[in-house]
Amino acid sequence: MRFRTRCIHVGNQRDQATGAVVPPVHLASTYVQPAAGEWGEFDYSRSGNPTRRNLETTLASLESGVGALAFSSGMAAVHCATMLCGQGDEIVAGSDIYGGTYRLLHKICTRSGIDTALVRTTDLAALESALSDRTRLVWIETPGNPLLSITDIKACAELAHQHGALLAVDNTFATPALTRPLELGADIVMHSATKYLGGHSDALGGALVANSQELLDELYFIQNATGATLASWDAFLISRGIKTLELRVQAQSETARQLAERLDADDRVSRVLYPGLTGHPGYELAASQMQGGSGAMVSFEVTGGFDSAKSLVETTALFQLAVSLGAVESLIEQPASMSHASYDAEDRRRFGISDGLVRLSVGLEDLDDLWQDLDRALSPETTRET
Amino acid sequence: MNHKRPTQPGPSTLSVHAGESRQKHANSITDPIFAASTYTFADSQSVIDYIEQKLPREEYGRYGNPGERVVEAKLASLDHGEEAILFSSGMAAISVLMMAKLNSGDEVVFFDECYHRSREFCNQHLSRFGVVTRQVPTGDYDALAAAINDKTRLLVSESPTNPHMSVVDLGQFVEVARTHGVETLIDATLATPFNLQPLDHGVDYVLHSATKYLAGHNDLLAGVIVGSTEKLEAVRYLRGIMGPICGAQNIYLLQRGLKTFALRMQRHNDNGMAVATFLEGHDRIETVYYPGLASHRDHTIAAETMSGFGGLVTFTVKDADWRQTADVVDGAGLARIAPSLGGVESLIEQPLVVSYYECTPEERIEYGIPDNMIRLACGIEDIEDLIADLNQALSK
Repeated sequence: MRFRTRCIHVGNQRDQATGAVVPPVHLASTYVQPAAGEWGEFDYSRSGNPTRRNLETTLASLESGVGALAFSSGMAAVHCATMLCGQGDEIVAGSDIYGGTYRLLHKICTRSGIDTALVRTTDLAALESALSDRTRLVWIETPGNPLLSITDIKACAELAHQHGALLAVDNTFATPALTRPLELGADIVMHSATKYLGGHSDALGGALVANSQELLDELYFIQNATGATLASWDAFLISRGIKTLELRVQAQSETARQLAERLDADDRVSRVLYPGLTGHPGYELAASQMQGGSGAMVSFEVTGGFDSAKSLVETTALFQLAVSLGAVESLIEQPASMSHASYDAEDRRRFGISDGLVRLSVGLEDLDDLWQDLDRALSPETTRET
Repeated sequence: MNHKRPTQPGPSTLSVHAGESRQKHANSITDPIFAASTYTFADSQSVIDYIEQKLPREEYGRYGNPGERVVEAKLASLDHGEEAILFSSGMAAISVLMMAKLNSGDEVVFFDECYHRSREFCNQHLSRFGVVTRQVPTGDYDALAAAINDKTRLLVSESPTNPHMSVVDLGQFVEVARTHGVETLIDATLATPFNLQPLDHGVDYVLHSATKYLAGHNDLLAGVIVGSTEKLEAVRYLRGIMGPICGAQNIYLLQRGLKTFALRMQRHNDNGMAVATFLEGHDRIETVYYPGLASHRDHTIAAETMSGFGGLVTFTVKDADWRQTADVVDGAGLARIAPSLGGVESLIEQPLVVSYYECTPEERIEYGIPDNMIRLACGIEDIEDLIADLNQALSK
């Protein structure tokens, strides 16, 4: 079966008992057991739930993994992966990552004696020199957030493995519709399922997909022990969203590419960061690592710095001012004051997250409607609606 | 660079945003689900103000729900209508409309390929209240005009019809009605507002089983009628009395399904056309009923009035009896055997078995349901997978 067909059918087999074409939603917290000391397939919903299991089956297929685990949020999934490390271990992470991951690594993992080093993972030599015997986990995001940098997953996997470390890839921006990191050698794929997987801005969730049973078992042990599992109603909504995942991601990516080209040709914009533009440093890598589109996130810089960016994000109408991304509704935000406010100001400067940066999450609306909105907001005479 | 500025938002923009407030409760990006059965008033004077001044607020769940208002506005916008009313199912929608519009002694005329349960409701139930139902051959506008008399109130058709995919010439249909001062209802479930705008042709009421393409995920039941506020006032009032409302959770799932409506319909149209073309070229196939094909009886009018032809494809298997036809259905691995249509999952059925099993062979001939007929409701799977599956089912 091809990808889109698997989005619809894998993990959504007809219900054997009733024939229901959509599996029932199991809200049960606990399950009746056959006998004392004898356990059925499900015992307690933290340990496993049929509705969550269906979503995990779908995700494992889409990401070409041996299995998946669904979490209550993306950060719960990241946290579970970092708990593979112990005191004295080190995590080497990309510098272009979600602000919440940055915060977890620097403010929480450090309390357990796990250190983090940030490097620009677009620079493989820099990555290699950051790796040591202490490195247990390499964490990358590609396309990166918010700079849309493209990291070579295959090369990172080779480097990590040479140093006995695992490679985890946050695949939230690309989604398995465009990139499947496990096929490129990664060990773990992480998702904020809140974004493209769910796709409708109405369910929080996270996921880890593993490339080996041993790793999956270890992650499952941590998940079951710490308890940040996905609620079944949200698992149902995310499974429902995945049925249109490929259609949405391809359509949104195509709209994003055309918006990026229009912004790139526009004098009011000083720089456009989009991996589908030929001028982007990761263009060729993106073309080989992402199939069917370059993603639906576009960042750009406006002249005039913080105030100009702030004014722009407050002026658009169809692009709504909010953090998060990946849904049918287009969103706009200013990383310096919103999604990446958790970064230390010094790290933002060091890694190029400028005050004039604006990040777009391109939704499902028609291209001309979105362009009209951006064009109007970029015009100097336009002021914020009151 | 100069890019075209749209005057009307595009269909995908409407699917995502139409009917919704820009700023919602709690600044949430999505509308909340209002599970409440009733709505409180601050004091007795507020109740009196509500009754006397008809303040736009909720009172009791059977009369309306804030989430329902949003979905109704979105559906009205998609269908170019002034107002939409949501129901618990498509059949609830048409039956309330009929009960609201027809009095004892009134007559209604159907094109005979309309959904058999709609005709059954009129023939067997409204007849008990003295409403007379007449049927004429689908697409016979002379017979339609001849069936009208001074008691006729409503002309009803589906377009396209199910399973024959006949397409009504809405211009002629409306002209006949207007000449005689009669109202019109089109069940456009198979067309959807993405492919057809009956109200733009002068039709008075558009009906959809929202269970199908509008919701799109085979996971809720709902119905909707769209038309002018004035004409629908009695329908909304009667719904409030009879109570077949859409539940709050389903209202939300419908709104969520509508977000990808335009995107899904493009794919249903593409898959329907590709499957119909494949079947027409297959040597085991006798006839394909799909209005996008030049060979279809109504292709010309379909091409003029519709922007796409949907995902439903009906066909007959050459020289096959009912059992050999059932073998093709049973041989399908991807499409699942079930009634209904319009969801992301492809569904397949043999009309003889699923809908007409209890009819006599003579009745089936009368209804145009041969033993070797199969109805395939194409989902949005990859077209290569759908065709490969059909090909292997036909090779067994």
